[in-house]
Amino acid sequence: MTQVDTLVSNAALAPSREAPPASRSRWFSAYFGTPGNALITILCLGTIFALAKLAIGWLFVDATFVGTPAECKATSGACWPFLSAKMRYIFFGFYPFEEQWRPLTAMLLFLGACLVSMVPKLWGRGLLVAWVAVILPVLYVLMAGGYFGLTVVPTTQWGGLPLSFMLSFIGLACALPLGIALALARASNLPAIRVLGVGFIEIVRGVPLISILFMATVMLPLFMPNGITIDKLVRAQVAIILFAAAYIAEIVRGGLQAVPNGQVEAGHSLGLHYWQIMRKIVLPQALKKVIPPLVSLFIGFFQDTTLVTIVGLLDFLDTVRTAMRDPQWQGIAVLEGYVFAAVVYFVFSALMGAYSRFLEQYFRTTHD
Amino acid sequence: MPLFYDARIRAYLYQVIAIGVVLLIAWVMFSTASANLAKQDIATGFGFLARQAGFVITEAAIAYEPTDTIGRAILVGITNTVKVSLLAALFGTVLGLLVGIGRLSHNPVLSRLMLAYVEALRNVPLLLYLLLWYSLIISVFPPVKQAIEMLPGVFLSNSGLVTPALHWESGFAALVTALVIGATAAILTARVLGRRRVVTGKDRPIALIATIAFLLPLVAALVFANIAVTWDAPELGRFRLSGGYHLRPEFVALLLGLTLSVSANVAEIVRAGIQAVSKGQWEAATALGLPRARTLKLVILPQALRIIIPPLTNTYLTVFKNSSLAIAIGYPDLVMVSNTIMNQTGQAIEAIAIFMGVYLGLSILISLVMNWYNARVALRER
Repeated sequence: MTQVDTLVSNAALAPSREAPPASRSRWFSAYFGTPGNALITILCLGTIFALAKLAIGWLFVDATFVGTPAECKATSGACWPFLSAKMRYIFFGFYPFEEQWRPLTAMLLFLGACLVSMVPKLWGRGLLVAWVAVILPVLYVLMAGGYFGLTVVPTTQWGGLPLSFMLSFIGLACALPLGIALALARASNLPAIRVLGVGFIEIVRGVPLISILFMATVMLPLFMPNGITIDKLVRAQVAIILFAAAYIAEIVRGGLQAVPNGQVEAGHSLGLHYWQIMRKIVLPQALKKVIPPLVSLFIGFFQDTTLVTIVGLLDFLDTVRTAMRDPQWQGIAVLEGYVFAAVVYFVFSALMGAYSRFLEQYFRTTHD
Repeated sequence: MPLFYDARIRAYLYQVIAIGVVLLIAWVMFSTASANLAKQDIATGFGFLARQAGFVITEAAIAYEPTDTIGRAILVGITNTVKVSLLAALFGTVLGLLVGIGRLSHNPVLSRLMLAYVEALRNVPLLLYLLLWYSLIISVFPPVKQAIEMLPGVFLSNSGLVTPALHWESGFAALVTALVIGATAAILTARVLGRRRVVTGKDRPIALIATIAFLLPLVAALVFANIAVTWDAPELGRFRLSGGYHLRPEFVALLLGLTLSVSANVAEIVRAGIQAVSKGQWEAATALGLPRARTLKLVILPQALRIIIPPLTNTYLTVFKNSSLAIAIGYPDLVMVSNTIMNQTGQAIEAIAIFMGVYLGLSILISLVMNWYNARVALRER
């Protein structure tokens, strides 16, 4: 008997069944299929409703949209005038008021350049040269001034969102080569170099970032020869670079381990020496594998730069905090600033998270 | 020149250069630091630990007075750090487990709500949340004078939560002994019965028997030992609450922030771990007739655990290190106490060295414990 016959005869023998339920009831059963499921749905909807009511009540219904601090104090909701009055300070800190178009331009230029650099097709030597030779110098001149008739603004007056971007972006950009070098040191055949690499990575990963920031701001001046002082911003930046490098090294190590040893052996048999093998064979394969976790790490570090506020740098979180401590608004706008900062951080982090998932898809070359 | 082309000699050369550079940097830093310290008349060494601290620590898990030594103050900081990180890891793991399983629910409302929870926590800096919770507690709750009495004896105000406290007059040691004996007995019975089930195939109510084994010594202690407890209920005075157990807003905000951050990470780890177990395992268990809950318990979770443990270790290490953010809201953890000492004595190098050493040592300890556990649940291959 052939298979077709079996199917036909079975179909003839089988008792007729009712048509499958319509798709509407499948939709229904996902939400209210069983009593337990219905209870979960109702509880969740109740939670969402309660949260939405609370949020809308605070943000809009009970809020003050225009007015003075006194009017804000009278209502229980959000105080929007606080944000509009303090917006420029929150974004740019103590940067001279007339010159604030400069950090704004710098930030827009930076974000635009980042957006363009996010396209994997454009990655290459040209883009790197453009960043190092054009974009970064322009950003620096815009921020610091001193050329083209721009007034000089010392780093002590930098603050707000541009500072947060700078700390995290430059931190990661400088930490990447250092992290790769540390990962190579850790994977090295030379025992002394391996021990140094492991020691640095494990010590840095074993202590909190705040302790390294303390070291950079409190302890480092003691180690400097007399008369030499390093800018506080630079010191915090170096601390962030060293901290990030240790974490990058661990991620890169994962990528190095994923490259089969046969690749190194093949390189040796071609007569290439260590650096050639690493640069032309191993690292390109290893780095491609670790790009998505690196972007995830970047999101974490973007958030971790908020810690510099503890050692007294005016990053975005710090300008928000000091804005709320303004005597005119103190005790009136207690949550608005934090909620606003949370929204800003959320938007940037969520966008980078989406980009990380895109990269994961983009680099998925296996067919599993 | 040919000597330089010998790979072995070159390897030695590189290593000697690397060590030399590191030693040189260390020596330069050490000599300038000692010169600077000598100029500022700061004595080096750890002698300052025996001096009187002289500052108040608002919250201490062990007895502490400002007249105690600086060493004791550091010990208080360490216990505070350990206390808050342990509690946050515990609560966060339980909460994260629930959220992670909720994310895998077939109910779309529940899984999306849990997704929103995780995303909201992971995309905003922890420090920002800590400050937000702290100012929420400070500004939204009423002052002490109008403290809300939630339950009889439980007061909520902007200076924290005050609950009645139990004071042990006697019998405390007996109770602790009974707890330890009970826990050991319960674990042992569960193990023996579990092994016997594998051998004989007979299913006995292991959980019930283990619970009885746990409770028996406790009941014995309650009956035979002389346990006396006094109930210390807080009383609402004019300006402050006196008596009772006081949870300060700093502690509550820090614990809340750390717990939520742990729970979001654990939820992601649990979800990824369960999803990584191949679908065939579910199907095989269903084919054997196991219901969903038992499939999860007997087939899926033991396999998921192997994937979950290493990232979970990292999460615990992270929460331990993140507890150092306490300094931003004024909870006296190790970093904050060290910072106070630094400002008072000027012994910056020693204070930073102490707290970095403590963090490093405890991090290594956590790694060791988790690695031991990981080796236990790891796949035993033939």
